[in-house]
Amino acid sequence: MAVMRRVLAPFRETVGFSRWMLLAGIVIVAFFVVLAVGAEWIAPYGYAQKSADGVDFPKLAEPGGDHLLGTDRLFFDVWSRVVWGARTALEVIVLAVAGSMILGLALGLVSGYVGGWFDRILVLVMDALYAFPPLLLAIVFGFLLADKIGAGVVSAALSLTVVYLPQYFRVVRNSTISARESTYVEAARALGAPGRTVITRYLFGNVIHSVPVIGTLNAADALGTLAALGFLGLGIQPTDGADWGFDLSRALDDASSGIWWTGVFSGAAIVLLITGLTLVGEGLNETINPVLRKKRLQKIRREETIR
Amino acid sequence: MPTKPEAARAPRRAEHDETLLSIRDLRVHYALRGSSLARLFGRDVGTVKAVDGIDLEIAKGEVLGLVGESGSGKSTLGRAVLGLAPITGGSIAYEERRIETMSGRALREVRRNLQMVFQDPSAALNPAMDIETAVGHPLRIHRLARGDELRRRVVDALERVGLSPADQFLTKYPGELSGGQKQRAVIARAIILDPVLLIADEPISMLDMSVRSKLLQLMLDLKADLDLTYVYITHDLASAKFFCDRVAIMYLGRVVEIGTTEEIFADPKHPYTQSLVGAIPDLDPDRSTPRDLPRGEIPDAASPPLGCAFHPRCPQAFDKCGWESRDLRVLLESHWTTVPEAEYDAERAIIGDVDALDLPDHVAALPAGRGHSGGDVERVLDTIHAADPDEPFWRGVRQRRVVDAGVGIDFHEGEDPALRPAGGVQVACHLYPPPGDAAGPPPQPKE
Ligand SMILES: Nc1ncnc2c1ncn2[C@@H]1O[C@H](COP(=O)(O)OP(=O)(O)OP(=O)(O)O)[C@@H](O)[C@H]1O
Ligand code: SF4
Ligand SMILES: [Mg+2]
Repeated sequence: MAVMRRVLAPFRETVGFSRWMLLAGIVIVAFFVVLAVGAEWIAPYGYAQKSADGVDFPKLAEPGGDHLLGTDRLFFDVWSRVVWGARTALEVIVLAVAGSMILGLALGLVSGYVGGWFDRILVLVMDALYAFPPLLLAIVFGFLLADKIGAGVVSAALSLTVVYLPQYFRVVRNSTISARESTYVEAARALGAPGRTVITRYLFGNVIHSVPVIGTLNAADALGTLAALGFLGLGIQPTDGADWGFDLSRALDDASSGIWWTGVFSGAAIVLLITGLTLVGEGLNETINPVLRKKRLQKIRREETIR
Repeated sequence: MPTKPEAARAPRRAEHDETLLSIRDLRVHYALRGSSLARLFGRDVGTVKAVDGIDLEIAKGEVLGLVGESGSGKSTLGRAVLGLAPITGGSIAYEERRIETMSGRALREVRRNLQMVFQDPSAALNPAMDIETAVGHPLRIHRLARGDELRRRVVDALERVGLSPADQFLTKYPGELSGGQKQRAVIARAIILDPVLLIADEPISMLDMSVRSKLLQLMLDLKADLDLTYVYITHDLASAKFFCDRVAIMYLGRVVEIGTTEEIFADPKHPYTQSLVGAIPDLDPDRSTPRDLPRGEIPDAASPPLGCAFHPRCPQAFDKCGWESRDLRVLLESHWTTVPEAEYDAERAIIGDVDALDLPDHVAALPAGRGHSGGDVERVLDTIHAADPDEPFWRGVRQRRVVDAGVGIDFHEGEDPALRPAGGVQVACHLYPPPGDAAGPPPQPKE
């Protein structure tokens, strides 16, 4: 439970403006979570549904009537696509963030604790990955994976995992290295604990606290990258799921002919969810970032001395 | 002059006869961490000789104190015994088992018998682990107990160290305990494996004055109850006097004096020990003896002084103590801190670049400044000598050669004093030449 407390500590410690940022972000994200979880009930139609009760949907129908936000070029209901898109987006984000978190945590812990050549090689690989522009990396992996396992939620999540893995790895490895030098780790070794025990019982609980914040910051980024992948046609195929980025790219031609509803709503969804995730991430980051926190402490101290 | 370890063993009390741990010529050298570029080109970046040739015998049931200033290698020696510090050379034998050859499973196994208590109890406990888990963890690691049995033994250990009622502490986290309580928990964790030897690395130095003596008393009680042997590491001689049967005084990775506590305190022989004993805070306010802390700073362990490592700080140092170029620089600079500014400016102009003196050597060249001659430099040296003729430095100067470009100074060849018997103790100091040494007694400078 101590681990849980440490993980949640940043959430409890937020104050002032950052608390409001956090709150606003949580409300926005919660809205999309509701859409995603309840898609079956909220969306009037399926994401790849072209007809209902034997009646074909109209092509490019204006918002209103049977289709709240209109239909698009492929006869799909836009509102349904937006709702189902939330599910796709959150599925991919959760998978990608969890994947890079778990993998980064495991690799970072082992690399930091073991050190030596293993560590150096991993650091080199991770630095190389980190140096790549995220989108380019995601495209490369998207291509490779689409070939192997098909373009779907899993392949999109995997390519994003690769993109964000280095960040977790770095943070976890660095805090592992400093924790490794701490007395309680030496004490554990003095007790006769093998490396496995030291990592799981003494290091894990003390390095994990930096991870959730990166997760929330990355989530927003991951959504942007996912949208870009979809826009480039490397995301989820329209028959496998609703992808906001894909819809946006389809809507590009419509915009010039005055058809605004096919693009605006998926675009707005992307922007809104990114905003929400960013607010959560930044709200947390502000309380966790030691530099910002130190400033706040100093200010209080100065006021106290004046009094 | 190498001493035979068997003959060199200091006399012990009769009851401590069985040798538990025997350390021979132990060395722990750390490579200095240079820049990665330097390492890439294989450049030698030097080593810190944290422990540099130590012989020790620890008898079953005794309390051996390791005393010395910061950086003398006390902790490193203690850690080496548990195989926690990289052993460069020498040997550590624990009941026929050679710790320096062990690794992995064997080392973890032997650590059941050798335990450690750390200086900072807050750092020694995992902040994310409650006391019950932390104290019981050694038993789980070695698969010695689980379930109810584990809990019973944890409760027992906690009550032994005075954390009672134990129920109150089981679910606490280290952050919720006071320093003294944390240290008790650390001790409980150390004794739960029923160890033979406990290494206590400054166990009380970070605690409140009020709990220090209680903790030492607790450790003495535990020793009697559990038949423990202690290595007590401290820089505080007063607590060593109270706690230890024998004391080893350490300086820059060496033992410079070792003997029974009574003898060390009644008649300290090594000048370093003398200054440490002299610096013990006096409880008697009427006696206002000057606090005679060793002068000067602790030298850089990466390039220790030549000869006797203590010589730059030793008030009794004489010719064969290892005088060298760096001492000249220290002499000049400490002289300059005492003179008026105008005088400093004049003298500083006379003497040229002194950076070359940083390369340790038994000959030193003191160059004259621009527009000055060796004669001027010589005059400055004479002034310094006249200002403080008792300065031990001058005893090390064999001859001065005045040339145009400056003054060359030859020092007496130094010698690194080995540990040897003197009275009832062993001392590493030229003031106590080995018995049978042809050389007469050294000049005893007045104190
Ligand atoms: N892991 C290490 N790497 C490099 N140098 C080290 C390491 N551990 C210790 N040293 C060096 O070895 C020397 C002895 O250190 P050690 O900690 O044993 O001294 P100490 O007597 O315990 O001092 P203190 O009273 O400050 O604890 C010091 O110069 C220190 O800088
Ligand atoms: S050998 Fe003895 S007298 Fe000489 S410097 Fe060392 S401690 Fe002082
Ligand atoms: Mg120490």
